[in-house]
Amino acid sequence: MAEAHGAAVAQTGTEYVSHHLGFLTYGKVDGHWGFAHSPEEAAEMGFWAINVDTMLISMILGVFFMVFYYLVSRKVTSGVPGGVQNFVEMIVEFVIDSVDGAFHAKNKFVAPLALTTFSWIFLMNAMDLVPVDWIPLFAQTVAGDSHLFFKAVPTTDINITLGFATAVFLMVIYYSLKMKGPIGFANDFLMHPFPKWYLAPLNLLLELPGFFAKPVSLALRLYGNMFAGEVIFLVIALLGWYQLPLHFAWAVFHILVITLQAYLFMMLTIVYLNQAHQVDH
Amino acid sequence: MNLNATVIGQSIAFAVFAYFCMKVVWPPLVAVLEERRKKIIDGLEAAERAQLDLAAAQEKAGEDKEIAKREAAEIVDQAKRRANQIVEEAKDQARAEGERLIAAANAEIEQQANRAKEALREQVATIAIAGAEKILQKSIDQAANEELLKGLASEL
Repeated sequence: MAEAHGAAVAQTGTEYVSHHLGFLTYGKVDGHWGFAHSPEEAAEMGFWAINVDTMLISMILGVFFMVFYYLVSRKVTSGVPGGVQNFVEMIVEFVIDSVDGAFHAKNKFVAPLALTTFSWIFLMNAMDLVPVDWIPLFAQTVAGDSHLFFKAVPTTDINITLGFATAVFLMVIYYSLKMKGPIGFANDFLMHPFPKWYLAPLNLLLELPGFFAKPVSLALRLYGNMFAGEVIFLVIALLGWYQLPLHFAWAVFHILVITLQAYLFMMLTIVYLNQAHQVDH
Repeated sequence: MNLNATVIGQSIAFAVFAYFCMKVVWPPLVAVLEERRKKIIDGLEAAERAQLDLAAAQEKAGEDKEIAKREAAEIVDQAKRRANQIVEEAKDQARAEGERLIAAANAEIEQQANRAKEALREQVATIAIAGAEKILQKSIDQAANEELLKGLASEL
């Protein structure tokens, strides 16, 4: 936080915030592969580039919680559970309850998927609670480049949230085709909400945008919430020593936000998959 | 906010993690939860069954006690009756024995009295004859008198 103060003195506030919002993007620019040195360069790279920072943090967190769950699941006992097992069981039971409440078909994949979604997104969101300069500063020190862009909170990257949403969207399409068949799936668009064949175009007009809005809203909701939270953390970090109580207050409030957003993402995933499994409603 | 291949990378990573979770992490955790649930259900059922058993056993014990009490009372009753009977029998026997003894004694007494009377009668007859002999001395026919004296003696 003191670094934030120092940085704020060296740069203007706008520079500080926009630097923190830049990505460490790897891609092809000016005919050769390398890291982008500015957001403009990153934009020039087009689609075939990758945000190394958010992907890296996302992978580290993903591997972390999977290994953690894996280790716990190796040693679980049906007797009196220990502290760690208790904690994991609490999460698992919470996920099972959520799935039972919203998912009414039979699919062994949904509950583990929900657990993965909730745990992973929660951890990524939780990166928000790490003071905004710590992880970038660490990365800059490791890389030996004090101007390195490094975004620490993966869910403030629309690519990450859209990655989740895309996977969910593809699963929805896959299970819709599997459970309803191509005709049943097409019927969802053509015969709802008005089950008259001559109203099929109107139905299509109503249903299709809604269908594609699902993944977009899923991705944007998470991204928007986390991005806004991140920006406010950055603005608070500009305040010098006054940031301490404010930072604390905003972080406490944010504990609620990150949990809620992770829960929402999980629930919506379950609900969308449930809709994909609803045959003949 | 530029879209790039991170979307694809994250999608694939998500699918892989979810698959790993389903294949490796999920089954043991859920199995354990299920097993514990079963254990708890079994335990509760066992407790309930034990309670029912206990109630049944208590009822049975109560019944048995009642039966035993009744039987004991019956036995005591019987024994009392038997005792009374024995006492009654003994009394009857004693009474009969007493009466028999009294009767025997009475018979003896009568017999002795008769004997004494007989003896007395004979003696009186003898005395009478002796007296009469003395009075009449020689003149009297022994045989004729004998008859007379026997009649006297039987009148005594």
